[in-house]
Amino acid sequence: MLIRSREWVHAWLLLLPALFFLFAFTHVPAVMTLWNSFYSTPRGRRPARFIGIENYERMIGDPVFWKVLGNNLWFALGTIPTSIAIAIAMALWVNDRLAGRGFVRMTYFTPTVLPLIAVANIWLFFYTPGFGLIDQVASALFGWPQTNWLGDPATALNAVIVVTVWKEAGFFMIFYLAALQAIPPSLVEAAKIEGAGRWTIFWRITFPLMMPTTLFVSINAVINSFRLVDHIFILTNGGPDNASSLLLFYIYETAFKYWETGYGATLTVAMLAILCALAIGQFFFFDRRVHYK
Amino acid sequence: MTAAADAPARPHRRRFDLDRALNTLAAWALALLWILPLAFAIWTAIHPSAYEARFELLAPLTFENFEKAWGAAPFARYFLNTFMLVTLILAGQFLLCTLAAYAFARFAFPGRSILFTLVLLQLLVMPDILIVENYKTMRILGLVDTIPAIALPYIASGFGIFLLRQTFMTVPRELDEAARIEGATVLGILWRVYIPLAKPTYLAYGLVSVSHHWNNFLWPLIVTNSVDTRPVTVGLSVFSAIDSGIEWSVINAATLMTSGPLLIAFLLFQRQFVQSFMRAGIK
Repeated sequence: MLIRSREWVHAWLLLLPALFFLFAFTHVPAVMTLWNSFYSTPRGRRPARFIGIENYERMIGDPVFWKVLGNNLWFALGTIPTSIAIAIAMALWVNDRLAGRGFVRMTYFTPTVLPLIAVANIWLFFYTPGFGLIDQVASALFGWPQTNWLGDPATALNAVIVVTVWKEAGFFMIFYLAALQAIPPSLVEAAKIEGAGRWTIFWRITFPLMMPTTLFVSINAVINSFRLVDHIFILTNGGPDNASSLLLFYIYETAFKYWETGYGATLTVAMLAILCALAIGQFFFFDRRVHYK
Repeated sequence: MTAAADAPARPHRRRFDLDRALNTLAAWALALLWILPLAFAIWTAIHPSAYEARFELLAPLTFENFEKAWGAAPFARYFLNTFMLVTLILAGQFLLCTLAAYAFARFAFPGRSILFTLVLLQLLVMPDILIVENYKTMRILGLVDTIPAIALPYIASGFGIFLLRQTFMTVPRELDEAARIEGATVLGILWRVYIPLAKPTYLAYGLVSVSHHWNNFLWPLIVTNSVDTRPVTVGLSVFSAIDSGIEWSVINAATLMTSGPLLIAFLLFQRQFVQSFMRAGIK
């Protein structure tokens, strides 16, 4: 009994420093965000006061909130399936016997180590109207006129999506590569003896066996689609007219440009609720498919 | 591996080769497309600005763009800040996550599962999102515009605790018990048995953590507002935001400069990088 309780004490002492910081900068702020979302923004000497669900009412009536939420949804739909599909293709190619495999793998993975800010700078030059590479190629090949990809509300968000897919696909490839290497070669060999083509092997063996990876990657991708907004600062600054603004970017603007921290907290609560709902939803959606045996 | 697998497919040899050729072609096309933006940035950075959008094989090379960028903003200071930031975060993470992971891996105590759930919750509810509250905390602590303020939210990493716990759980208990019989203390066992056996995980986690925090932007942008604390990412954004008159070639040179150390490290240790990201991912 004495040894038992000494073990508890040791365990708690070992945990104490990590838990202190974890609570101080993750759990307590999360709870405080919820708390503060019911308060007004303190201004000057006027302290925050309880205003009930006023912030939430404002959020429901805020057209910009719905706009950025829609953008975020479109951004997630545009980035997640595309980058996962490209990542799988990359992993299959790089895992196979391929001439110049080392170089190909390097090119796929390189965007992952670049800062998103740097990536945005590079792509900004690509997108420059008239002068940038995309316009030059488009006018040389198809004779298209100048296009302001980032300045047009119709294309701005899609342009941001392209950059994100480029940045993320190589990162996800790594996980699929690991999954592919864990698949027993005997399964593939057996299928080949049975006369199955590559396409059949992929859909009947490889893809189902990689389901846990797809679950992991897609949860990661969903979180990233809400968390990664760095490139927006450089590429479009959310514009034109919030056409490329995402939820976290709007939270940043609300809290640190207009200093409306109360409303910022409310928006953060909305974001946390969405993230939790999506994570739980994904888990149940995949749960039936993951244990595929 | 694949050579053996190909043997039974011999009757289909011809069709198989066409298939392979198409796949190789597609893989290379994608590879070239993927490297294009970076290659383009390098092209503009090492040529005079007159060649920004003119591609001639014999265009004169120059180092001038890098010199201009280096002189136009305090990049030396930014690099120092990033270096201090990354070191501080990594040291904090190694220390705190090791201790916590050890407790979760090898101790039985009340509240273990609920605390572990709370740790894992950080994978979803990240400090990156809680910017409003964390900024308030930093202001109360008087830490706004300091390097510790950038680092503190990240040093207790749920991901790090989880990764190290998984590794520690694979250490045979016999080693642990043998050391205990010899009279080693709790920390002594951790130091002499667990940490040496987890070296590959530390390398993997270290690489992932360094590249993540080197590249981090939003939180440093919020919490810093002077040259003395800004990391390179924020410095770069400040530099390229002054869009009046700075040439593209100079901005691209600055961009490459800030990503340079990581990029060079990646090219030199490609295998370790890829394996580290893999290792960090599968656990």
